[in-house]
Amino acid sequence: MKAFGQTILGGALAALLLSAHPAAAVDLTMYYPVAVGGPVTKIIDDMVGRFEKLNPDIKVTAVYAGNYTDTMTKAMTAMKGGQPPQLSVLLSTDVFTLMDENAIVPFDGLVADKSWFKDFYPAFMANGQIDGKTWSIPFQRSTIVLYWNKDAFKDAGLDPEKAPASWDEMIAMGKKLIKKDASGNVTRWGVEIPTTGYAYWMLQALAIENRQRLMNEAGTEVHLTAPKTVAALDYWVDLSRKENVMPPGSIDWATLRSDFLEGKTAMMWHTTGNLTAVKDGAKFNFGVAILPAKEQRGSPTGGGSFYIFKSATPEQQKAAVTFIQWMTAPEQAAEWSIKTGYVAVSPAAYKTKAMEDYAKGFPAATVARDQLEYAVPELSVHDNGRIYKFVNDAVQSAVTGTQKPEAALAEAQAQSDRVLKAYK
Amino acid sequence: MNRRTHPIELVAAWLLALIWLAPLAYAFWSALHPAAYATSFSLSAPWTLENFSRAWSQAPFGRYYLNTIMLVGMVLAGQLVLSTLAAYAFARFKFKGSGIAFALVLLQLMIVPDVLIVENYRAISALGLLDTIPAIALPYLASAFAIFLLRQTFKSIPQELVDAARVEGAGPLQVLWRVYVPLARPTYIAFALVSVSYHWNNFLWPLIVTNSVGSRPLTVGLAVFGAPETGVDWSIISAATVMTMAPLLIAFLLFQRQFVQSFMRAGIR
Amino acid sequence: MTDQAVISPVNMRAPKSHAWWNAVNAWLLLLPAAVLLVAFTHYPILATIKHSFFIAKRNGTQAFVGFDNYQAMFQDPIFWKALVNNIWFALGTVPTSIALALLMALWVNRNMRGRGFLRLAFFTPTVLPMIAVANIWLFFYTPDYGLLDQLRGLFGLPGWNWLGDPRTVMGCLIVMVIWKEAGFFMIFYLAALQQLSPDLEEAAAMEGAGRWTIFRRITFPLLMPTTLFVAINAVINSFKLVDHLVIMTKGGPSNASTLLLYYIYEVAFTFQDSAYAATLTVVLLVILSTLALIKFGYLDRRIHYQ
Repeated sequence: MKAFGQTILGGALAALLLSAHPAAAVDLTMYYPVAVGGPVTKIIDDMVGRFEKLNPDIKVTAVYAGNYTDTMTKAMTAMKGGQPPQLSVLLSTDVFTLMDENAIVPFDGLVADKSWFKDFYPAFMANGQIDGKTWSIPFQRSTIVLYWNKDAFKDAGLDPEKAPASWDEMIAMGKKLIKKDASGNVTRWGVEIPTTGYAYWMLQALAIENRQRLMNEAGTEVHLTAPKTVAALDYWVDLSRKENVMPPGSIDWATLRSDFLEGKTAMMWHTTGNLTAVKDGAKFNFGVAILPAKEQRGSPTGGGSFYIFKSATPEQQKAAVTFIQWMTAPEQAAEWSIKTGYVAVSPAAYKTKAMEDYAKGFPAATVARDQLEYAVPELSVHDNGRIYKFVNDAVQSAVTGTQKPEAALAEAQAQSDRVLKAYK
Repeated sequence: MNRRTHPIELVAAWLLALIWLAPLAYAFWSALHPAAYATSFSLSAPWTLENFSRAWSQAPFGRYYLNTIMLVGMVLAGQLVLSTLAAYAFARFKFKGSGIAFALVLLQLMIVPDVLIVENYRAISALGLLDTIPAIALPYLASAFAIFLLRQTFKSIPQELVDAARVEGAGPLQVLWRVYVPLARPTYIAFALVSVSYHWNNFLWPLIVTNSVGSRPLTVGLAVFGAPETGVDWSIISAATVMTMAPLLIAFLLFQRQFVQSFMRAGIR
Repeated sequence: MTDQAVISPVNMRAPKSHAWWNAVNAWLLLLPAAVLLVAFTHYPILATIKHSFFIAKRNGTQAFVGFDNYQAMFQDPIFWKALVNNIWFALGTVPTSIALALLMALWVNRNMRGRGFLRLAFFTPTVLPMIAVANIWLFFYTPDYGLLDQLRGLFGLPGWNWLGDPRTVMGCLIVMVIWKEAGFFMIFYLAALQQLSPDLEEAAAMEGAGRWTIFRRITFPLLMPTTLFVAINAVINSFKLVDHLVIMTKGGPSNASTLLLYYIYEVAFTFQDSAYAATLTVVLLVILSTLALIKFGYLDRRIHYQ
C-alpha cells in the first residue's frame, strides 16, 4: 500500500514539475504574397501579433515575398537550398507542382477532427483536395468581379444601378460610356480587363462564361485550342480592336485600379481582393457585380491557400495547424475579408456580427461570395508556373495584335502539351 | 583646347545636360511633394517629408541600409586583401605557370559571377550559406579587375625602393606592406570607389540569394517594396528610390573629382 | 602607364632551390584568391556545361540525355526571341551610347563655362542603381499620367502604352539604358582625350584644317583603341544587364522585351528547371567567350598600350 501511495505521489509530483515547465517556443517561418492594394502587410503583421499573444509558445515570422509567382519562387528556391519555410500562403493551384516536388504534407494526418474541412466553402476547397486528401486550406480567396462607376453610368445616360449582365450588354454599355475630349482622344473608356499579371485567370473567366473548361481534373491537359476558348479570346481582343470600348494594347494589373479610381475607365474586371482598396480610394459611387454571361455566368476562383511543408518537424506542423485554424476561424476570416475584400472562406464567417453589420452598410462585400454559385476551380495543372506563362504570353500576343487569337492559343497549346507530356 | 566655344555649342551642351538630369530631378520632385502633385508640376506645390517617413515605416529601410553597408564593406575588405596578395605574386614573382594563371584570372573580367547565377546558387546552398550577407559577397571577393589594376601598379614601382627595403632586412611580406601598398594608394582609392559603386547597386545576385529582411540589401528591398501588384503610389516609391540612391549620390557630389579620376584610372588599361 | 623600372625578378641569378622557394611563395600568395576564383568562376563554368547534358528527374537523381536539352532549346521560340532581342538591344545601345559618350567627353574636355556641371550631369546616372533608374523611368512611360504622355498631351497627342506595346517597348528600354551608360563611357574617352598631345591639333590648325577635319582625321583615329575598348565593354554589359526587366516588364508583353539572362533567371528560379537553365547559360558563355577572344586575342595584340 505504501509503495502504491509513493508511486502516486511521485507520479503526481513529476506531472506537476513537467506542467510547470514552460514549453519551448516553436518557431515558424511563413512566406506570403500580396497581389492587391492596401496595407496588407500591416494587416498580416497585426493578426500574427495577436495570434502570438494568444499562443505564447508559438512564434510566427511572416515574410512578405512579392506576388504569387515571386512567393512560389522564393519558397521553392528556399526549399531546394535547404532552408524551407514551415508553411506558406501560395496559389491554390500550385498544389500539383508542390506535390510533384514532394514539398507539402496533407492536413488529414494533422487534425484530430476532419469535419473542420467541411466548414469551408467547397468551391475553395476543390483546388486543394486531390486523391481524397486535403493539401491546402483556403485563406485569401477571390473571384473576379466587375466594378462599375455609377456616376459615370449616370453621366452616360445609363441606369446607375444596373451592371451589364451579358457580353453583348457590356459592349453596348461600354460604347455609351466612351467619352472623348476636344481633339478626339478618349478620356474615358468603357471597360478594362488586365492583360499582365494573371491574364490566364481572366481568360478562364471568359472561357467558362462561354461554357468551356480550360483543363481536365487530373491537371494533365489544357484545352486552349477548343473553339469556345478561341471565341473567348476573340471577344476579349475585339473589345479593343473592333468595338473600341477598351484601350488597345497591354493593360497593367497594378495600375488598373488607379485607372478606375481616376475615371479613366468606367468598368473594370478585377479581383475582389481589391475591393477595400477601391472603397477607400473612390471619390465616386461604384458598384460591384457578378461577371456578365455569354452562355452562362461564371468566374474562376483565385487566390492563395495555406500549405504546410514536409520538412517541418511534427511539432512545427502541429503548431502550424493551430495557427492556420486561428487565421481561418470565422472571426478572423470575417476581419480579413472586411479589411481586404477577399471572400471570407467559410459561411460561418458571413454569419458573424462584424460581417453582417458590414454587409448591411456595404452590400458590395457579398457579391464575390454570391458568385461562388457560378464559380469553377482555377486553372490548375502540373508545372503550372510554366503553363501560366504560355497562356499569358498568348493573351498578350493576341491583345497587342502581334498574333491572331487562334494562332497564339495554338502555340500555347503546343508548348503546354510538350511540358505536360511528362505528367501523363 | 582653349578656343572660344561657339555659343550654339554651349547651349547644346547645356541643353543635353539638363535633359540628362531631368529623370533624377523628377525623382526628387515626386519624393518631396505630396502624392497629389506627383503628376502635376505647379510651382506652388507644398514641400513635404511625409513620403520619406511613410516609406521608412512601410519597409525596414534602416535594416536594408545596415545590410548594404556591411555587404559593401565586407566585399571591399576581402577584395583588397586577396587581390593585393595575388597581384604581388604576379607582379614580382617569376614562377612557372604564371602566364596561364593570369590568363585564367582575366577570364573573370568577361565571365562575371552575374552570369553564373545558376551554378553559384547551387554552390552557396551546398555550403549552407543561403540568405546571409557573406553569401552575397563570396563570389565577388576574388576580383580579377583588382588583381589586374594592382599588378600593373606594382610593376611600375621602382626597384630601388624595393632594394632599399630589402637591404634593411625586410622579408617579402614586409616589402609588400612597407613599399608597394603605400605607393599604390591612388589605385586602391580608385578601385575602392568603383567597387563600392558596383556593389551598392548590385541587384540580380542578391535577389536570388536572399530571402528575408535580415540579409536583404537596399536594391532588393526597393524592388520588393515597389512591387507593382500592390498598386502604385509614386510619391512613396520615389521617396524609397531616393533613399536607395542617396548615399552614393551624396558621396559622388562631395568627392566628384575623386570619383571621376577613379573611374578614369580604372579605365586606363 | 609607362613601365619605367626594369623589373628585376626577385630570384635573378639565384640557385635552383631559390626558384622553388619562390614558386611556393607565389602560389601561397595566390591561394586565397585562386580558391575563390575557381569556386565561383571556373568550376561553375565547367559545372554548367556538364549540367546541360543532364536532366533532373523528379526523384532527385540526374539522367544523362546527351544533346536533348540543346534540341529543346533550338525548338524553343522564347529562347530565340530572347537571343534576337539581346542582339537588337546590343545594336541599339552600343553605337548610340558610344557616340553620345564621345560627344560628351569632347564637350567636357573643352574649356566651356559650366564644365563641372556638365560632367556632373552626364556622369550621375552611373552611380545610380539600375533598380532606381527603372523605377523612375517606369513612371515616365506610364500611359496617360506618365511624364512622357503628359508632354505629348501638351502637343495634343494621345497617350500611348509605351511599355505595353511590343513595338515600342524595346525602344523605350534602349533609351533608358543609353541614359544610364553614356556617362560611364564618357569617362574613358575623357581619360584618353587628356592623354592626347595638343601639339597635333595645333599643328593641324596652323595648316588651316577645320575643326571637323581635325576631329575626323586626327582625334577620332587616335581614340580608336578607346572606342574599341568601350564597344566591347558595352556589348558585354548589354548581355549582363537585366535588372530593369524584373520590375518594368518582366520580359513582356509576350516576351517582346525579354533578354537571355532574364530568361535564364526565369527558367532557373521561377520554373525550377536548372538543367534547361544550364543549357541556356552555355549559350551565354559561348557569346561572352567569343567576345573575350576578340578582345584579348585580337584587339589587344593590335593595339599597343604604353
